[in-house]
Amino acid sequence: MKKNKLLVIIPAFNEDKVIGKTITAVMAAVPEGTSVLVVDDGSNDSTGELAKKAGAIVLRHPINRGLGGALGTGLYWAKIKDFDWCVTFDADGQHDPRDLAKVLEPLYSNSADVVVGTRTKLGWREIPGDRKFILSLSNWLTWWLFGIKTSDSLSGFRAFNRRAIEKIQLRTDRMEVSNEFFSEIKRHKLRLAEVPIRVIYTDYSRLKGQKNSNAVDVGVKLLLRLFR
Amino acid sequence: MIFAFTRVWLRMREGSIGIGMFIFWIVIWGLALVAVVKPGVTTSVANRLGIGRGVDAALYISIVLLFYLNFRSNVMMENLRHEINKLTREIAIK
Repeated sequence: MKKNKLLVIIPAFNEDKVIGKTITAVMAAVPEGTSVLVVDDGSNDSTGELAKKAGAIVLRHPINRGLGGALGTGLYWAKIKDFDWCVTFDADGQHDPRDLAKVLEPLYSNSADVVVGTRTKLGWREIPGDRKFILSLSNWLTWWLFGIKTSDSLSGFRAFNRRAIEKIQLRTDRMEVSNEFFSEIKRHKLRLAEVPIRVIYTDYSRLKGQKNSNAVDVGVKLLLRLFR
Repeated sequence: MIFAFTRVWLRMREGSIGIGMFIFWIVIWGLALVAVVKPGVTTSVANRLGIGRGVDAALYISIVLLFYLNFRSNVMMENLRHEINKLTREIAIK
């Protein structure tokens, strides 16, 4: 009987301070035989080398393409290597690997094609005030543009089954990819589930995350996509 | 105007622009030439659109055209970024 294959995708750009620790923690939390893929998005530090040393498969972009580009590569890899499920996971330590099993559960029980780990149910208090505003705005935009109600449109903790891996085609390359996932979910009528997850904000992860000033740029690009 | 026409012709000859783009710009510069040589044309267009003066009509139409061309450039840039992504992906996977 064919064993189901699970892939954890970690997009990373200049994360040499934390990538080893993140990979080790993920590997300790996943079933044996799970593959961990780090998409090194054109880092100019030793992210790729340290990721390989920690036991991850590493794909390296020759130039930085942004979060969307890295996730697109990860999903493409999952598709061509016939993975049955994949999970995207942040490299900066914001996600708790102990939530991996929870996020995968709706896929295992075939009650969803895409699962989003939502920070707002367990970790709303931990989310900084300015990020709360941006997140609320993004959730509203996702509902207005794509008709999908979500409590965390910007979550980087997402899981996909084979059907979603095959259907989802990412075109955006920067931070607007978070909203593009919902556009694809609607386009392909994928079943979406949300699972509460913990959020670990540190000074380091805040520095690496989306800058608030990018929010306008992301919003405009999303609107532009509507008219293509 | 003559300068503009010659630039369009030269770009088409060297292959920088295709026949479609060549025709588009010839029409644009041609209309501009007509507006300069026969200002009465812009006045009649303005009257049909309910705008006071011919020069105002020419300005409004130019602004709309510029916005459209800017929008098209934006879309083309997005497509280029997508192509760069695809290339980057192929290089990473090799």
